[in-house]
Amino acid sequence: MKLNDEEQAMLAGELGEPRRWAIDHMMRVGAMFDAEDLVPVAQAHMMADPESLGDAGVTFLEVLSAHPADEIRVAVPMITDPRGVDLEYYRPLGQTEEMANLERRFIAACSKMGILMTNTCINYQTIMPPVQGEHVAFGDTGVVIYCNSVLGACSNFEGGPSALAAGLTGRTPRYGLHLSENRKATKRFVVRQQPNELTDWGVLGAVIGKLSGSYWEVPVVEGLETIPTSDEIKHLGAAMASYGSTPLFHLVGITPEAPTLEAVGGETLGAIEVTDVQLNALRSSFGGRGDKVDVVVFAAPQLSLVEMQQVADLCAGRKVHPDTALIACTSPSIYYEAKRLGLVEAIEGAGGKVLEGTCFYNQYAREIGEANGWTRLLSNSAKIVNILGGYGYQPALASMEACVESACAGEIV
Amino acid sequence: MITLKCHPGIGEIVEGEALVADDDFSARYDLDRINGVFSRPQHKLHGQSYVDKILVLNTSKGGVASAWMLHEMKSRDLAPKAILFNRANTILAQGAALAQMTMCDRFEGGDVTGLIRSGDKVRVDPKQGLITVER
Repeated sequence: MKLNDEEQAMLAGELGEPRRWAIDHMMRVGAMFDAEDLVPVAQAHMMADPESLGDAGVTFLEVLSAHPADEIRVAVPMITDPRGVDLEYYRPLGQTEEMANLERRFIAACSKMGILMTNTCINYQTIMPPVQGEHVAFGDTGVVIYCNSVLGACSNFEGGPSALAAGLTGRTPRYGLHLSENRKATKRFVVRQQPNELTDWGVLGAVIGKLSGSYWEVPVVEGLETIPTSDEIKHLGAAMASYGSTPLFHLVGITPEAPTLEAVGGETLGAIEVTDVQLNALRSSFGGRGDKVDVVVFAAPQLSLVEMQQVADLCAGRKVHPDTALIACTSPSIYYEAKRLGLVEAIEGAGGKVLEGTCFYNQYAREIGEANGWTRLLSNSAKIVNILGGYGYQPALASMEACVESACAGEIV
Repeated sequence: MITLKCHPGIGEIVEGEALVADDDFSARYDLDRINGVFSRPQHKLHGQSYVDKILVLNTSKGGVASAWMLHEMKSRDLAPKAILFNRANTILAQGAALAQMTMCDRFEGGDVTGLIRSGDKVRVDPKQGLITVER
């Protein structure tokens, strides 16, 4: 890989051990993907919850952050994905002091490095959305697919270690979606059944993700008759990334790189129809009417202010069933807005709980499920129902409205 | 003995027993990492231990968490020795780089999940992109 003088100095350790580690890490990854050089990035976003870090990951960060201040300060603005423990509310969930302490140690290490603890997977709605053509190093597959597809920014899926390396150096290896030739469509889908609400968009994303099948496929979608809202396209992308490891999609006439099918090279691809059978099969694989519900979850991605209002409106004047829990996860910045506007009060007044800066599936989902006796889980997120099967849950999928109704009834309505 | 060529990968030379499925991989979605087994009911390796195995799978799926998770699994000695994919995604490669776990992909002979069988004795040389298989 070709390195400039500054990068060579980093590799030689002249700018400290943390930046030497970072360049070395990028060279290993870059070699696997045939990167020829590094590309400067404007921002980095790191996924690192204590469940995935473990003591080993937290210790790694602590050792890195113990170096002198000028060697550990991140080189570009760097923010974080949701945490695994809401430090204001973890004992009632059955999370332990050990989990909270891992979280505290991690936050302390990051803060020393100048990392902003934004704790959000909707930074493109709440912090600083990238602009078209900008290179960034973002973690969280939902963040990456949104910023690539909807905003036209350039990012690969950057796992925590690579996002950290990008933050320390202000660079990332130039491969994958940093190269324009990899942003052209490779699979062409035609949609007939129009999505109506958030869950429909998630189901459509899930089916296209499944049919796309790998990180290296770029789906282009024709046939949509409405322009999705930011929340709708967020659910479309999050589910597509979750089911397909897909980092980029194009919607013809809607997303910025696809004003036409030809603009993304889609005209030569055979059209694959997304059928009602596929959409209905994906829905019906999750739970059925009359099944008891232990926990209703709104998360993955975290809720925007608009979604918080929608949940609050549905909860107003209602009571969640005593044997069922209702949890909504949002970012710290949205939490404070929602608190100020009375939305948190409306949800919690009905017996729900709003968690700040976490996302249900990355907050020790297995352990909190066991501690609370939760197995039957209902959500409007196609992404979360995909993930939680592996964590011992029996997940079911329904619209936001049906989720709140079911939470109040204690069973799927 | 069979010799397979692939794209140069990450990590050191390792030897071990293969565990193979025509399925995908996510450390977050598919594994019970505490007990070292595949836990997602839909996964073709459900219930099987991946510890010290050479995993051979189609591609990597799911969230970015897998990048930290490989490092965490390795720190407790409850990790596969290597993972071979038809095609890795970025996250698993990044995770392998941190964890110093061996990983290769893009095999010249076609679908690697058909070229290697569970129980085969496998040697992976990632720098050369060379896999030797004994059965």
